[in-house]
Amino acid sequence: MPEIKVTPLGAGQDVGRSCILVSIGGKNIMLDCGMHMGYNDDRRFPDFSYITQSGRLTEFLDCVIISHFHLDHCGALPFMSEMVGYDGPIYMTHPTKAICPILLEDFRKITVDKKGETNFFTSQMIKDCMKKVVPLNLHQTVQVDDELEIKAYYAGHVLGAAMVQIKVGSESVVYTGDYNMTPDRHLGAAWMDKCRPDVLISESTYATTIRDSKRCRERDFLKKVHESIERGGKVLIPVFALGRAQELCILLETFWERMNLKAPIYFSTGLTEKANHYYKLFITWTNQKIRKTFVQRNMFEFKHIKAFDRSYADNPGPMVVFATPGMLHAGQSLQIFKKWAGNEKNMVIMPGYCVQGTIGHKILNGQRKLEMEGRSTLEVKLQVEYMSFSAHADAKGIMQLIRMAEPRSVLLVHGEAVKMEFLKGKIEQEFSIDCHMPANGETATVLTNPSVPVDISLKLLKREMALGGPLPDPKKPRTMHGTLIMKDNSLKLVSSEQALKELGLNEHQLRFTCRVQLQDQKPEPETLSRVYTHLRSVLKGSSVQLLPDGTVMVESILIKVSSSPEDPDTKTLLLSWSYQDEDLGSFLSSLLKKGLPAALC
Amino acid sequence: MAAHLKKRVYEEFSHVVQIPQEEAPAKKLRLSKPSKSAALHIDLCKATNSTDALQYLLQFARKPVEVDSVEGVVRILLEHYYKETDNSVRLKIASLLGLLSKTQGFRPDCIVDDAINTLNNEKSHQVLAQLLDTLLVIGTQLPESPAVRQRLIEMACKHLADTYFGVRNKCLKLLGFLGTMDTSLTKDSEGQGTSSGGARDVQTIISDYFGDQEPRVRTAALKAMLQLHERGIKIHEIIYDQACRLLSDDYEQVRSAAVQIVWVLSQLYPESIVPIPSSNEEIRLVDDVFGKISHMVSDGSWMVRVQAAKTLGSMLQVSPHFLEQTLDKKLMSDLRRKRTAHERAKELFTSGEFSSGRKWADDAPKEKLDTNTVNLIASGACGAFVHGLEDEMFEVRIAAVEALSQLARSSASFAEKCLDFLVDMFNDEIEEVRLQSIHVLREISTHITLREDQLDTVLAVLEDSSRDIREALHELICYTNVSTKECIQLALLELLKNLNKYPTDRNSVWKCLKFLGSRHPTLVLPLVPELLSTHPYFDTPEPDMDDPAYIAVLVLVFNAAKSCPTMPALFSDHTFRHYAYLRDSLSHLVPPLRLPGNGLDLVDSRCGSGSVESAQLFLQQSLNRVSTIQNLEAPGAQDLLNFTIRDLQRLGELQTELAGAADFCATYLRCQLLLVKALQEKLWNMAVPLCLKQNVTATAAAQQILEETYKLEFLYSGLESRQVATIHHVRLQAKALQLILTARSRQGLDPLISSCEKFLLDIESFQRLFLAELPHLEDSFVDKLLELLPRLSSCKPVELVKILQSTLRQSGLLQLPLPEQIHRATATIIEPTGESDNPLKFTTGLVVALDIDATLEHVQNPQNTVKVQVLYPDGQSHVIHPKPGDFRKPGPDRHRLITQVYLSHSAWTEPSQIEVRLLLGYSSSSTSLSSSSPASKLGWSDSMDGLPPPEVAVEGTIPFSKPVKVLIMPKPARR
Repeated sequence: MPEIKVTPLGAGQDVGRSCILVSIGGKNIMLDCGMHMGYNDDRRFPDFSYITQSGRLTEFLDCVIISHFHLDHCGALPFMSEMVGYDGPIYMTHPTKAICPILLEDFRKITVDKKGETNFFTSQMIKDCMKKVVPLNLHQTVQVDDELEIKAYYAGHVLGAAMVQIKVGSESVVYTGDYNMTPDRHLGAAWMDKCRPDVLISESTYATTIRDSKRCRERDFLKKVHESIERGGKVLIPVFALGRAQELCILLETFWERMNLKAPIYFSTGLTEKANHYYKLFITWTNQKIRKTFVQRNMFEFKHIKAFDRSYADNPGPMVVFATPGMLHAGQSLQIFKKWAGNEKNMVIMPGYCVQGTIGHKILNGQRKLEMEGRSTLEVKLQVEYMSFSAHADAKGIMQLIRMAEPRSVLLVHGEAVKMEFLKGKIEQEFSIDCHMPANGETATVLTNPSVPVDISLKLLKREMALGGPLPDPKKPRTMHGTLIMKDNSLKLVSSEQALKELGLNEHQLRFTCRVQLQDQKPEPETLSRVYTHLRSVLKGSSVQLLPDGTVMVESILIKVSSSPEDPDTKTLLLSWSYQDEDLGSFLSSLLKKGLPAALC
Repeated sequence: MAAHLKKRVYEEFSHVVQIPQEEAPAKKLRLSKPSKSAALHIDLCKATNSTDALQYLLQFARKPVEVDSVEGVVRILLEHYYKETDNSVRLKIASLLGLLSKTQGFRPDCIVDDAINTLNNEKSHQVLAQLLDTLLVIGTQLPESPAVRQRLIEMACKHLADTYFGVRNKCLKLLGFLGTMDTSLTKDSEGQGTSSGGARDVQTIISDYFGDQEPRVRTAALKAMLQLHERGIKIHEIIYDQACRLLSDDYEQVRSAAVQIVWVLSQLYPESIVPIPSSNEEIRLVDDVFGKISHMVSDGSWMVRVQAAKTLGSMLQVSPHFLEQTLDKKLMSDLRRKRTAHERAKELFTSGEFSSGRKWADDAPKEKLDTNTVNLIASGACGAFVHGLEDEMFEVRIAAVEALSQLARSSASFAEKCLDFLVDMFNDEIEEVRLQSIHVLREISTHITLREDQLDTVLAVLEDSSRDIREALHELICYTNVSTKECIQLALLELLKNLNKYPTDRNSVWKCLKFLGSRHPTLVLPLVPELLSTHPYFDTPEPDMDDPAYIAVLVLVFNAAKSCPTMPALFSDHTFRHYAYLRDSLSHLVPPLRLPGNGLDLVDSRCGSGSVESAQLFLQQSLNRVSTIQNLEAPGAQDLLNFTIRDLQRLGELQTELAGAADFCATYLRCQLLLVKALQEKLWNMAVPLCLKQNVTATAAAQQILEETYKLEFLYSGLESRQVATIHHVRLQAKALQLILTARSRQGLDPLISSCEKFLLDIESFQRLFLAELPHLEDSFVDKLLELLPRLSSCKPVELVKILQSTLRQSGLLQLPLPEQIHRATATIIEPTGESDNPLKFTTGLVVALDIDATLEHVQNPQNTVKVQVLYPDGQSHVIHPKPGDFRKPGPDRHRLITQVYLSHSAWTEPSQIEVRLLLGYSSSSTSLSSSSPASKLGWSDSMDGLPPPEVAVEGTIPFSKPVKVLIMPKPARR
């Protein structure tokens, strides 16, 4: 039985460091190559030594596919390709290819320049790595080689995020990357056709959550901001540079437009500006509204949102500032926070999750006095709000995608083990399909039942067609007789005569014979005629003949009666049928073994 | 033939000198028949290869064919068809046959045999499909011939087994269009061994193809079934299971059609019971279907989602239990049950504490869920609308909102439940969706009372910069019920904020407060002291009467006071004074109040409810009185008319409901009066040469009557054909008068002859238009004229004038039947107000845009008729057609024109006023009866294409709004 093997090097029962190896139909594919945010040591990157202890990866991998530009999905890419060594193709979508190097460079800067790590990849390595990238378009089927083909689907989540279908022959795997089934202000919902893959590898970040309507959250968010602005307060929104920030910008921008508000909105500069540029370019990857209106005005050309300058923080009057980083642990957002924390009119809105230990986490938990470095304390008087804007599919969304794609089995990654367990149970219960959740380094094997394409000779097909109705009924499988020839790595179904001819063989007849003992006092001819009448009454549909030479013919089956002189009462029925009539023949023999019905005696 | 024709032509020429116009085309027609088909024949014979033949056929198809030559053409085409070997040519011929049989007046039964014959001999699948299409056309052209129909159906059944999907498609389509209930067919025509044979009806045959391997055929089968349903044939319930299976088809068009068919079944058999698979429960079919279609709301294809969402709205028989599930979405977080934001809001509200903002763990999940009970893919209807409203495509969202509204209108409890969701939609990113949900909320607002937090969300939208949204919201607030006095205060506060931010919304906000006040008098009562800022001990300063915000508050209070007699006691002195002022200046917003010690009681009693009937009676009596006038020359007649007109005008002022009718009658009587006066002048007895001077008044009168009749016809809506006939009658009289006056002015014979002809044409068209009304016009001017018509048309102009003169003077007053509902079209320009002293300055030669905001009432088709006129001080005037998109329709019989007109002028030395007014355009060719006919629509669509509107008959405009003056100042360009 052919099988598909899936081994997560990262993201198996875990979030972060997504890296999944798939071998399908003799091809090895690496899905994503991410880093782990939580570690600063070797555990940061996937363990590539799993693939090979020494040497380059090129000969072991047929291709690498990156689903989107988040660092936990692409952060280890230069390390793998340049430092471990991989020269094969790397596939990603156009926006990912554009934005990925910016993030990688930023990541490199922080690690090398700020933290002073050595033995890290360099800018040149990032460039070299990006040279190996082959861009993908949505719904475009790309032949990696003769047998392996991949196709990208829209995934929502962030700009350019894609789900990938990997296909070898009739076996296929779909890897979802991160995806979002509910549309948001700048991206649409993930979509997939009924491609019925053998394995669907799905993320499961929110395996046990069903989220409230997005609209409620948006409305709350806008109301909070609006109220604060009307009071004359300043609003700080700490964000990470890419992804949610754009969504919130669009949200605020349209709201400002709708409500005719005048208060300034600032966005702290940095890599965002570059990224915003790409958002403007890749309009086709955004949602319906932005796509439709960009002719009049590109939504990412913000009218109300301007670049932030450090000095603006002291300006009087209301304003909204988006500042990085998102957890208030360092940088600009923290500086602004310190300035504004003292005024109760001001507000800080945390749009995402905060790691323990960060200031964000502290203030969300209601801490009002913060100890800063240098023994000073900071009184927090401003309002603290929490608004979750997450772009992962929730449990319902995951189920919806499974329903859309109709896979033969599901494999969960990118989530916590306990939560996966729950979802796994649900999937098995609802769809009655297998569900796997391998841990890192553990291999899940899925048996497949690929259909094998066979050439059929037209003559044979037509002959078989003539026997049945003019149209094949797709609901009922039909058996047909033919000979399968395997020759030169190809399969062919031909009629037996042709097969014999091609192979230069003689035809052999195969006949089965069978003896049935029958207790009957009557003479032979009479027994025969009784068998005849019996068979006629039983086999209404087929022709039963009594031949003059003392045999009964049922279709092509011969029945003879003989009796031994020693025991005239015991008659022996001789049945003989050819191989083609096996069904009928065995039926007859079992029928006659039961004896003749008494009524005929 | 030709010789004969020639002879006939010569004969005719020798007979009459003037050839009647109609003869010419008739002759042409006779000639064209042989030539057309012959030409085609020759062309086709000439064609050496298939491409040529195809070219000829294509050219031929561009020209229309007359009815009587169709058959000939068909024969030639068929003849060629048999000879043709090329598939594409045969295909084109087949399609031409279909086109030809569509010709109006042609009965295609003669070509049925041939068509069927060709079908039997055809080998190419594409041509076969086209031929079946042709048969379908023939079949639909012959709806009353069962024999043909039967044959066609048999043909279709025979070809259903074709291997090409197109042929099967067309066969199914044919069955759908022609199949009937009683046709039982035998399908054993081919020896394919199906022993079932026997009689099978069309539905069974079609439903067999639900399982076809080709998706297009499956779609066609479903569509054919729908077609059967549309033709009134009851679809069997047996196909339900099959149809349900198709809901999960791989192809979207199949799923979409399946949704429709399943819906049809749910409407046909709502109460029948179906089992739930994998359990032994049973539910009603309509509920089952509802569940299944709800499932389709999260389909992969947005077309199907739209279809499903739309369909849900029309399933009103569904059980409430199922209905409410569509809004259900159980939230959980980390396996613990979580309340939705809606629930939290509600809880906060009921616990008496208002939302204080969200805490970090505010939405922290509560109880632990049992993993087994959590249903992730909710079976059935669960959360269908939650999904639909959050969909990516706004089409789906709009469909879902509409469906919600339909369901909510029929179920009060559902309306209550869907409120939160609708309110959420106010925040959609697409304006259309926001607007739609506001409208929907207004429609269902009779069922619901808004909670404070909901109202808060609703009111937040008041700051929207889109005027449409704000006005829709004002409209909504007019109809909403709120529960507490805090709500009223909140609403007032937000409305005042709105007023402050967008001063142009003044009228709309006032109106909104008027309804808010009259709806919730008891809730306003405790707020009164605060609103009017009165103090028990101290006198407060008198507020500024011109402050729109203060007026808004007063409007709210006064309207509440109308049904709350205790309220006026809380008013301070200046409030009463302000009341008197506002009652006068804004009488439509401020109701009459029963105030102590005020003479206003009088007004109150007069405007009581009974007064409409009495006014109606008065109107009728006045008209009856006028109808007693037999002879217009009777001495008291003129006085009576004068008085009646005066009475009617006053009545119109007093009773707004009857203003239209009263005005209408008064105008009509004025026409009569003018006519009488014109006829009574002594000039008629004088000799022609002496009366040149007096002519002037009579001519002016005739002109005025004409104008008035146009006003009567086009300015009033709700006219019946009786009234229109009467109006036209008056117009005819005026024209007769004009004719007589022309004759007397002796300007020569030629103009007289032409105007006589014109007049005769007028009479004829009158007769044609109002044939049905003629019995009512007995003894009238027209009646007499029609009697004399044969003589009139042959006599000389001078004689005609004499006859006219005598008939005109003898004719009596035609009584005006009072129509049921009659309204005068009115327009009020709200913006510009004309109060501004600041001139609009702009540079000469460039344009300046002037915002115009006007309400139109009782105007039909304002897109076609309403124009803006700009009059410059130097007498120049411009007429501007507003874009059709500038008209909105906030209510029945009400339109709103919000547009910009562009002004430009050469330099002035100082600011000067221009006048802006609205005009109602009309064209006499389209009577008001047919004003909504496609003809006028055509005119509109023409002008869309940039063509000038077709010039027809008399085009004119009636000013129907008060002119507004705007100061403008074009400055010379600076260099």
